[in-house]
Parts: sequence; structure tokens; C-alpha cells
Amino acid sequence: MSAVVAEHDDHHDHHDHGPAKGLLRWVITTNHKDIGTLYLVFALAMFFVGGAMAMVIRAELFEPGMQFVNPQFFNSMTTMHALVMVFGAVMPAFVGLANWMIPMMIGAPDMALPRMNNMSFWLLVAGVLLLASTLFMEGGAPAGGWTLYPPLILQTGKALPFAVFAVHLLGISSIMGAINIVATIFNMRAPGMTLMKMPMFVWTWLITGFLLISIMPVFAGSVTMLLTDKFFHTSFFDAAGGGDPVLYQHIFWFFGHPEVYVMILPTFGVASTIIPVFARKPLFGYSSMVYATASIAFLSFIVWAHHMFTVGMPIAGELYFMYATMLIAIPTGVKVFNWTATMWKGSMTFETPMLFSIAFVVLFTMGGFTGLMMSVAPVDFQYHDTYFIVAHFHYTLVPASVFILMAAGYFWLPKWTGHMYDEKIGKLHFWLSVISVNVLFFPQHFLGLAGMPRRIPDYAVQFADWNMISSIGGFIFGASQLLFLYIVIKTIKGGTGEKVTDEVWEEASKHSLEWTLPSPPPYHSFTTPPTVIPTEHI
Amino acid sequence: MKKTKQLFAGLILMAFGLGTAQADYTLNLMKGVTKVSNDLYDLHMLILWICVFIGIGVFGTMFYSIYHHRKSKGHKAEQFHENTTVEIIWTIIPTLILIGMAIPATKAMMELDDVQDSEMSIKVTGHQWKWEYEYLDNGIHFFSSLDEASNKVRQVGSGLDPRSVPNYLLNVDKPLVIPTKKKIRFVFTAKDVIHSWWVPDLGWKKDTIPGFINESWTSVDEPGTYRGQCTELCGKDHGFMPIVVIAMNEPEYNVWVEQQKAAVIAEAGSANKQWSNEELIAKGKAVYETSCASCHMPDGAGLPGTFPALKASPVVTGDINAQVKLVLNGKGMMPAFEKMLSAVDLAAVITYTRNGLGNSVGDSIQPSAIQALQSATPGAGKNE
Repeated sequence: MSAVVAEHDDHHDHHDHGPAKGLLRWVITTNHKDIGTLYLVFALAMFFVGGAMAMVIRAELFEPGMQFVNPQFFNSMTTMHALVMVFGAVMPAFVGLANWMIPMMIGAPDMALPRMNNMSFWLLVAGVLLLASTLFMEGGAPAGGWTLYPPLILQTGKALPFAVFAVHLLGISSIMGAINIVATIFNMRAPGMTLMKMPMFVWTWLITGFLLISIMPVFAGSVTMLLTDKFFHTSFFDAAGGGDPVLYQHIFWFFGHPEVYVMILPTFGVASTIIPVFARKPLFGYSSMVYATASIAFLSFIVWAHHMFTVGMPIAGELYFMYATMLIAIPTGVKVFNWTATMWKGSMTFETPMLFSIAFVVLFTMGGFTGLMMSVAPVDFQYHDTYFIVAHFHYTLVPASVFILMAAGYFWLPKWTGHMYDEKIGKLHFWLSVISVNVLFFPQHFLGLAGMPRRIPDYAVQFADWNMISSIGGFIFGASQLLFLYIVIKTIKGGTGEKVTDEVWEEASKHSLEWTLPSPPPYHSFTTPPTVIPTEHI
Repeated sequence: MKKTKQLFAGLILMAFGLGTAQADYTLNLMKGVTKVSNDLYDLHMLILWICVFIGIGVFGTMFYSIYHHRKSKGHKAEQFHENTTVEIIWTIIPTLILIGMAIPATKAMMELDDVQDSEMSIKVTGHQWKWEYEYLDNGIHFFSSLDEASNKVRQVGSGLDPRSVPNYLLNVDKPLVIPTKKKIRFVFTAKDVIHSWWVPDLGWKKDTIPGFINESWTSVDEPGTYRGQCTELCGKDHGFMPIVVIAMNEPEYNVWVEQQKAAVIAEAGSANKQWSNEELIAKGKAVYETSCASCHMPDGAGLPGTFPALKASPVVTGDINAQVKLVLNGKGMMPAFEKMLSAVDLAAVITYTRNGLGNSVGDSIQPSAIQALQSATPGAGKNE
């Protein structure tokens, strides 16, 4: 009898203090760190899948003429590249960071809703796999662009309902993730951690969480209407039945514009976390950063039709959306000025996370400038749907969101694993990335201004030189990211062998709570709430 | 300035060891050939320079700081971290700059939007994957698709050199012709999916939306040939439906109009004559390549799951009248060709599909028979 009791106790201990054994650990886990790791690993895998699709695109565009793929498959590639990168790589990566960091930053033991956390991850996997399976279906994967505009998207072969259900799953997953994050932030903060003492990363995710909860149902609704138009004889988007194809664009961009801020707000949060640590200074203007983030989030809901300046809106609409869009430059400018002021008169060092963060500030600002140019509706009549916009949003996504994700990786990997990454290879990765990303995307500004439309598989010969340069940049950028994979694996396996301290970075524990925990941190982060709240970041 | 930029770009290109560095490329937005396009160019440059100056200010400060305020130089961190005055200043100044930008932008927007007092109107209809032009004042009407030379080269794995084709992918079989110095109103719509009509030299693009009408206008001062492309993803041949606009002085334009009218009469005449099977098949092959091959493929094999094969197709090898009805009225993604092709072209291509592409039904249809169907009430051949 006593043996049975002892075994029961053992099991009980197990459940409380450590992960399950074996591979099943990763399937059934409800631990915020395990789920964070799953999200990050999955996102990194999808980054390479989406990247491979980008390589197909750049290979076809290397020279004028059609060399490798047929135009239909090319369109599938541009569509799937975007969907995989947005919903499979960038968004999950930030959810992964949120899972890992938010409980540790606010002094909590775990997320508020751990079982839902597990479910939201596995729904994400199901959604992305369903989406990827369309590549092998009769008629090919969706090829109407990631915006899925009707009537074109209704010409998709067998893949349409699968793509729509994939979007539903991804939407449910995102909403559950967002609810969990919001619930955690509101309910699990350590005593004394008032809202205005939260680290910026937590603040930006709180706001992002509300954005996601508001917009994902809208997207689900819009794709459901596509489904009923295709299979149940409704005419939401068909003029012949009294509908309007442009209605879809309004609904889509009401989701789509906040969606791009879903990818950039947590980026701001990480940058605001990293820069002060390496400048050895508090963040300049903490409260104005919080207000600027909230303003950007609010504005994101009222500017959607700037994606549609050429659909033939009445002039009042054009002017309103132009003015509203221009306003975004103000809070965004405030953020850039604040980061600059944070560096000003600091005592800076330039480890890999700081290098990526500085590159983010500079290159994101360049993306911001082109965004400002395109906000001017009449001139957008020229820029719209050319490579100029392709350059613009890639500047705000790749050397911004993706660079900051890399920065976050370098910044927190030592904390997560207890091992130091190889600084030399990290810096090599940075310099290769920052140079090649500009060779890749900067010439696309020229192409767009010179008149090359986006989403074309072949082009007139005057666009040949810049396309070739852009492709070369693309291949180098793609190959450089394999270095990141190597560094991550090497760090997990022991890194440089140097034992990292709890703080990892000089005086980091003055900035945020995660640096007060051991490296690697215990399985349940803060089993008792911390008593001292760091305020250096405020 | 332009020379310097080109030199700079040339140097970059040479650094990459590209032999084609001397090709005809541009770096900046084109000024275009209308007042509107020039105004937009000026607006573009204004905002570009504003961005450049702000960029120099912000990045200059940042790099000064990065250079001087580093730990390795022994710089000690100061601990200031809040300043409401500064925050207000860098909120107000950008606001003022934005207002300064919004004023000329609003003016340009009003100018673009004003389609009143136009002297003639052209209706543009987007099709997968060609443009239809209809002169609303004199009834001239035609389709405009990618020119044959580009079309041959752009096939996957054609192995032909795009540089050997003048204006590769920017040339059409029948360009749009407009008179200079006249305010021309364009109305836009589409047949199947959304397209977008863009000629950079005119300064704007406009989406063509099935079931809806959009408007825009232009007035070109200089005669010349201006090229553009579809800019809204519209399916697999989105990259292959260019636009060519030829602006002519009034007298030449009038000559062109008369030629078009005469051609319509000649076309009607040729439909009445009796064509031999060989003539029809020879002509049909050419029509097939320009109008059918992009979906049904040059060898008639189609694309499984999307576009049906014509080779051994029950429709093509079945009753000829049923095939004629389908071609005239369309079905699903297949457009109605009744108005897109002439009676001669339709008869020729239908005869060709039945006797080429591996089919050998042996029968044919005369243009005059098609014409009889076309002149009957529209949709008369529909099975309803």
C-alpha cells in the first residue's frame, strides 16, 4: 500500500516541479516557456519555408523572361510567401516571445490560461499545415495575393475552402493567444507593478492583444463571405447580385491595417527594451512611448482605405483617409525621437542585439518615410501597386520586425538557455544581413518609381539591372539566415561554454524582472511574487 | 543632378560586375507628359526632400551619438529620461510639416478628381488578359492585347532573349490612339476580375471593377507613345496585359479615325465571302495563339483543374453548333467571345480547334454563319 502512495507522491511532485518526460512533453505542455519555445521554433521553421518561396520569386525575377516557374505558380508563391510569413512566422514569433517573457517580466509564475495556451499553439500548427496543403491541390494554392481579393480569389481551384478554413483556425489561434496575454497582464502582475511601471514590451503586447481581439473576427467574417459567395450563391462581392467587390477590400483592410501594426507594435516594445540596456540609460520618455503606441493603435483603425486610393472613392473619402494616414507619422516620429534621445549621451556598447536594434531604428524609419510619401493620395496614384510599395512594406517588416526578432533572440537566448551565443558569428550574421537586406530592397524603390508593377512574374528589360541586384541581395540575405539557425542550435547545445550570470547584460536587472531570475530560469518563473520592481526603464 | 545620380548608380552596377550597366534605367518617378503628372512629380520631390532632411537630422544625431557616446571611449551615461517640453516640440513640429504637405496634396487631389468639361470619352474595360477600348463619341471599338513577339518570348522556357524584342512586354497589337491637347474623360469597368489601368506618363492609375464605373481624365500636350501595364493582380497573365497610348496631333488623329471606320466596313465584307477550310485553319491558328493559348495552352492540353484541354475535348469534337454557342457566350471563367473577336476570327478559330491541336473532326463553319448569330438578339444562342 505504502508503495502506491509513494508513487502517487512522486507523480504529484513531477507534475508540480518539472516538465513531462519525452516527446509528449511538447504536446501536452501548459508551461509558458515550453509553449513559447514551441512558438519560436515553429516560427523559425516557417521563416525558412516562407523564405524558400521568396527565393523562388527572386530566382524567377533574376532575369527578364520566364525561366523556372509558370505564372500561375509564381502568383501562388507571392500569395503563400506573404501568408506564411505573416501568419506562420512573424506573428507566432511575437506570441512566442510574449509567452516566454511576459510572465517573467511582470513577476508571474505562468500565463493566466495555460491550457488555452497549448490549444492556441496547436491550432496554429493545424492552420498553417492546412494552408500549406493547398500547394498540392488540383488548381494549385491560392494565387490571388495574400489580400484574397474577389472576384479573382473565387477563381481558385479546389484550394479555396481549405485556405478559408485555415484562416479561421489561424484567427481562433490568434484570438486565444491574445486573450491569454491580456488576461495575464491584467491579472498576474506582481504587487507594486502598476500599469505605468510595466516594461514597454508588456505594454505594446497589451495593446496588440486588443488589436488582435478586435480584428481577427473581421477577417474571419470577410473570408466566410468569400466562401458563401463561392458555394452558397450569396452575392456579397458580386455586382451582378447587388454586391460590390470593393466592399471586400473595405472589410479586409479594416482588418489588414491594424494587422500590420500587430506585427510592428511588439517590435517597438522589444526595441524599447533592448536600447536602454545597451545605452546604460533609462528609456527616454517612457510615458510618451506608451501614449504614442496607444495612438498608433487607435489610428490604425481609421486609416484602412489608404490601401485603396485607386478604387475610385469619392474625393471626400480620399482626402479623409489621406489626412488620417498622415497623422500616423506623428506618434511614430515621437517613438523614433525617443529612441534617439535614449541613445544620446549614453554609454553605448554594440553587442549583436544592440546592432540589430539600431539597424531597426534606421531602416524602419526609412520604411516610415516611404509610408509618409504614399499617404499623399494623389502621388499614391503613381506609387500604388508598384515595387515602391513592395520596398516600403518589406522595409517595415524585414529590417524592422524580423531584425528585432533576431535582436530578441540574441538578447534573451543566454537567459533562456544559460549559455552565451558566439558574439563573433552573431556580428557576422548582423553585418551580412544588414548589407544584403538593403541590396535586396533598396533597388525596389527605383523599380517602383520607374514603373514596375508588383506581383508580375516577368518584366520589361529596362527593369533588368535592379532586379538582378535585388535578387543577388535576396540570395545573400536568405543564405545569411542559416547562420542564425546555426547560432541558435549551438547556443542551446552549450554555446561558447562561458557560464552566463543571472543578469547576462551589465545592470540589466535594473531594467526588468527577468534578469533577477537564474539563467536558465526555473520551470515556473516566479513561484512567489518579487518584492522589488525595477524602475530603470521608466 | 540627374547625371550625378546616373553616374552613382552606374558605379554601383559596375561594382556588381554587370555588363548591362549602360541599359536604359531610371531611378526616380517620371515627370510624365501632362500638367497633372508634372504637378504630382513636384509633390513627390517636395515630400522626398522633406524626408531626406528629416532623415539627415535624425540619423545624423543618432550616428553622432553612436560615435561619441560609447563605453569604449569612456563616455559615462547620463541619467536624464523625461522632458515634457521636448516631447511637445517634437510633436508640434512634425504636425506643422504635415499641414504644409497636406495643402498642395489637397490641391492636386481636387485637380485629379475634376472630370468636368471633357471633350471626348473613352470607355476602358479590363478583361483577363487584355484591354477593351470603346470611343463613346464615334463608336470605334477594339481589343488590345500583348504583341505577338513579346508573347512568344514570354512563354516559360522559350529560351528566346527578351532583349531581342523592342519594348518587350510593353507593346500591344492595337494601341489606344488619342488626340493631343484635348481633355479626355476615361470611364473604367471590367468584365471578370479587378484590373487597374496605369500609364505612368499620364500620372495616375485607376482600378477597373466589374459592375462598377470609375472615372479619370487626361490631357496630353506632346504627341508620342506612352506605355504602361495592368497594376492590379488579375490572374496568371497579369504581367502580360500592357497598355500603349499613342497621342497624335488633331489632323493625324482624324485620319486614324477614318481608317478605323473603313476597316470595320472591310471586315464586314470579308465575313461575307466563302472561306476554304485551309484558309480558315491557317487564320485560326494565329487567332488561337493570341486569344486562346494563354489558358488552353499552345498545344491545347489545358491546365488540369483550372483550364480544360481542347485536345480530344467532347465539346470541340462534338456538335459544332454547341461549340459555337459556348465560344460566343462563354461559360464560367471562359469569357464570351461574341464581341471580342470578329466573325472571321471566330469562324477561323473554331474551325482550327476542330482540325488542329490533335483533333480531326473534319468540319468547319463559315464567318457568315457566325455573323448571322452575332446580329441576332444578344444571347440568342444561350441554352436557357
